[in-house]
Order: sequence, then C-alpha cells, then structure tokens
Amino acid sequence: MSDNLLNLQGVHTHIGQYHILHGVDLAIPRGQLTMLLGRNGAGKTTTLRTIMGLWQASQGSITFDGRDITKLPTPDIAQAGIAYVPENMAIFADLTVRENLILAARNGDLDPARLKWIFGLFPALEKFWSLAAGVLSGGQKQMLAIARAIVEPRDLLLIDEPTKGLAPAIIMNMVQAFKELKSTGATILLVEQNFLAAKLLGDHVAVMDDGRVVHRGAMAELAEDAALQQKLLGLSMDAHQ
Amino acid sequence: MLHSILSGDYPRSRPLAIVLALVLVCLAFAPFLFPGSQPLNVAAKICVFVILVASYDLLLGYTGIVSFAHTMFYGIGGYGVAIAMYNFSPTWPALGIGIVVALVLAILLALLIGLFSLRVRAIFFAMITLAVASAFAILASQLNEITGGEDGRSYRIPEMLRPAFRLFDEPVLGVMINGRILTYYLIFLSALILFLLALRMVNSPFGRVLQAIRENDFRAEALGYRVVVYRSIANCLSAGMATLAGVLMALWLRYTGPDTTLSFAIMIDILLMVVIGGMGTLYGAVLGATIFILAQNYLQVLMGKFSGMLEGAGIPLLPNLFHADRWLLWLGILFVLSVYFFPVGIVGKLRQMRK
Repeated sequence: MSDNLLNLQGVHTHIGQYHILHGVDLAIPRGQLTMLLGRNGAGKTTTLRTIMGLWQASQGSITFDGRDITKLPTPDIAQAGIAYVPENMAIFADLTVRENLILAARNGDLDPARLKWIFGLFPALEKFWSLAAGVLSGGQKQMLAIARAIVEPRDLLLIDEPTKGLAPAIIMNMVQAFKELKSTGATILLVEQNFLAAKLLGDHVAVMDDGRVVHRGAMAELAEDAALQQKLLGLSMDAHQ
Repeated sequence: MLHSILSGDYPRSRPLAIVLALVLVCLAFAPFLFPGSQPLNVAAKICVFVILVASYDLLLGYTGIVSFAHTMFYGIGGYGVAIAMYNFSPTWPALGIGIVVALVLAILLALLIGLFSLRVRAIFFAMITLAVASAFAILASQLNEITGGEDGRSYRIPEMLRPAFRLFDEPVLGVMINGRILTYYLIFLSALILFLLALRMVNSPFGRVLQAIRENDFRAEALGYRVVVYRSIANCLSAGMATLAGVLMALWLRYTGPDTTLSFAIMIDILLMVVIGGMGTLYGAVLGATIFILAQNYLQVLMGKFSGMLEGAGIPLLPNLFHADRWLLWLGILFVLSVYFFPVGIVGKLRQMRK
C-alpha cells in the first residue's frame, strides 16, 4: 500500500476555452492534513473540483488508493470514499440540518455515536437540528457543510476555504474541530487563505501558482521561512495573522 | 395516525390547515352540499387538477425542472381511455387495458425525453419538451382514425359510471346516488390517494434528494447522487401521475379531444396554479387548483351580478367595467395581483406569516 492516498500527475483542466490547470503534480499522504495554498486564481478550487470530477481533467491522471479515477463521474468518485466541502457554505438551504446530514449518509441512517461526536465538534448543529439550514449563521452553515462530509467515515476529505468570511472566534472553533478531526487519522486536503489556520493545522503544504504546484514540503518549514512565503505567496504569513 | 397519513408534512400554518380542511370537506361532500351538475363538474375538475398540478409541482417545485410536455402526458391518459372505450366494449377490463397502455406509453416517453435531454441545461430541456408536446398534439389531430382528430372521441364508460345507473332505489340525504356521483367519488378518492402518495414521495429520502438537486445539482453529485437518474425518475413519476389525471378527466367528461387535454392553454393554467398555490409545496396544488377553477367557473357569474347591482344603483362607467364579458380581463388582473402579493405562493405566504 502506497503512503500516498491520492496522486495527481500532470493534470491539465480546461474550462471552456480557458486552460486553468497546467500540469498539476500533487501527492496527498495518508492520515495527514495537507494544505493547498496559493494566490487567488492560482487553481486551488479547480484542482479540488477536478479531483471530484466536477470538471474533467483534459490530460494527466488522478489515482485514489491505487485506482484511476480520472474519468470517473462525480457520484462514483464520491462513493469511492472522497467527501468534498465546496467553498461558500455549501449547504442545502431549504432542507433542515437533520436532512442535510441524512443526505450524506449512504444508507440513509445516522450513526448515533458518530452524531454525538459531530455534536461535540459543532454543538450549534444539535441546537438547530430541526431548523431549515438556510436560517443558520455563516459559521453554522460552514459547520454543517463540514459535518455533512464527516457524517460517515470517508477516506479523504477535500475542503475548500472553510474559514472564508467567518469571524475570528468562529475560525478558532473551526481550527479546533479540524485538529480533533486530524487526531482521528483522517486524510485531509484543505484549501485555505487564512495563513494562521494553515500554520496551526497543516502537516504538509503544496503551493500553487498559475495552475501548477510550485512548492511542496512540510508546513512547519514554510511557516518558519518568511522569505519563502514572500516568494511563493507574495506576503509574509505573519502579516496575515 | 395523521402523521403517517400526511407523511409528517403538516400544513405548518393554522389558516392554511383550516382552508385545506374546508376544501377537503367541500370536495368530500360536494354532491350533497352543492347539488346540481355544474357544482359537481367544478368539484370533479378541482380533484383532477389537484393531481395534475401536484404532479407538475413534483417536477418544477421539487426538482427544478421546467417541462412543457405535461399536458402531453395528461392527454395520453385521456386518449388511453378514449381509444379503449371507443374501440372495445365499455367494460372495466377494457378501461384497465386503456389505463395500463397509457401509463406504459407515458412513462416510456418520459424516460426517453429525460435520458436524452435531462443532461443538458434546463432551458434546452424545456425547449425539447415543448417541441415533443407540439409534435404529439399535431399527431393526435392528424391520426383521425385512432384519435378522432380535431373532433376528438365521445365514448361510453362502464355501466356503473353512467348517469342512468342507480346504486340505491331511494335518495341518500336527498340525493339520488347515480353513476355520475359514483364517478365523482371514484375521481375524488383516486385524487386523494394519489395526492397522499405524492406527499409520501416528496417526504421520503428520494424527495430529499430531489430537493437537494433543485438547490444545487453539483453538490448533490458531489454527495454521490446520480442527478440524471433522479431527474429521470422524477420525470417518469410526474408523467405517470399526469396520465392518471388524464384518465380521471376522460372518465368524467366521457369525451377526449385536443382542446380538453393537449392544448397549450391547459399547460399555462397548470403553471399558473402551481405559482399561485406555491412552488415546492404540494398543498399549494390544492389551493392553486381550487382558486383557479372556482375563478374560471364563477367569476363571470359573480361579475354579472355585481355589474347588475352597480347598474341598478345608477353608478356610471363601473357597470361596464365589471361587465360579465370582461371576466377574463379581471381573471388576468387577479393573477397578476396574486403573484405580486404572494411571490412565494399562497402556501408560502401563509407559512411565512406564521414565523
């Protein structure tokens, strides 16, 4: 069994006439949290969506747990064990909190023990259990989106900017929840713009620029190297804390 | 008990619950409360249109699919009965064959349209359904030998459902229970059962997935749901329900023709009823159909009386404005106002008021 759960090799993605990914090479180690960083428009969200099959890779290969998933349709990729949390609080607003979670349960039943654990991570969900998800606050919606991805054990979690637009106090709650999730041995690929959160959570980091991965390494090394941050991201991480 | 019957989907508004209960009681006892052929005709139409509108809401309100082929399926149901009753003897087995053939044809057509066009963008699906429905309407007019062409088909129905049939020798509560009233109760009970089944469907895990697809099909796919499959199933179920509504209407009218089943005006009526009642709420189908059909049947009469009153009082101009001949103008104005004041439909508005 390879140490890497997910491998992208030379992945290109076109959206209409636009060439967005220009040969992405990325390896996601098992049981680790990998941060995917980069400036706006670098191709981070496109990379996640390409892994999920929402946009088809025009070249290159994506292997998940040794299986080629490059051309698989999205539902098959999801059923293979990859959960995706899109950016912008991607919940189903007309459904209740409960219904949102049941949707993600493959056999339609929620495991009470798992649910208790989720309520421990995100207590607000228990409080608003029967309310339409549309009436939740931004932070609660984001919690629900993440809870939906972890309502059953998944092999890999792809999470796109979970802290975007959230208040600092909520961000720290979210970081705490991710730390707890990490401690369960989950494999996570997390796109994040908040560098403090990235520093606190990441085991590994990949930095993207112009549709390519331009740096790979340990998150701690990037966090310590202000010059490298300046070179790769244009800003020191300290300036963003 | 009630929770199980309504599949846990309560009206969630006291005024709405009262109005729905009132409609149910009026429809259940229509032959006794409103004797005469016109009120019974209106009540039967309401029952049929509740199903037709609910089946369309399953597509538009719950799945987010805009289809213009709904009257085609309604027409298939009507023609299924008409062709079977006209060509075979007017018996229950012949009626059964007509219904089964119509259902199979409608579901197959819905599946074909769905599989070929539900992958494309919503606007293309709408255009394809419009083209297929138009082609079907032309076909029904041209196939004179089978459908009766523009004149349609009049036919006899099983004896028990004919006006001359008497269930009892004596009147019940002052009303003679004849075949017409039996047909009405067949329609009423079928509509009630179909409505409750639709309610169960939208409140099942399947219904939840449909609502998720309506909100965001990409997200639903990312959760592992095959959107095209779910949309196709919804399309087939909706077509099946519309077909059964057509069957019920054919039994009531004992006539099927292009104008009563396939006309585009009926499609517009269905759309209006869904919007007035409230999209994505099956209870909206009940209110939308009831209000629309009552207005269609009684607005002209009411306006005539009102105009006469104004004229009697010697008021100038207004009697002309409210003249019975202008009822369509006022019907249109009423609909514009209802959409303006109830953008989420009457059911949506009543539920919002509760909050």
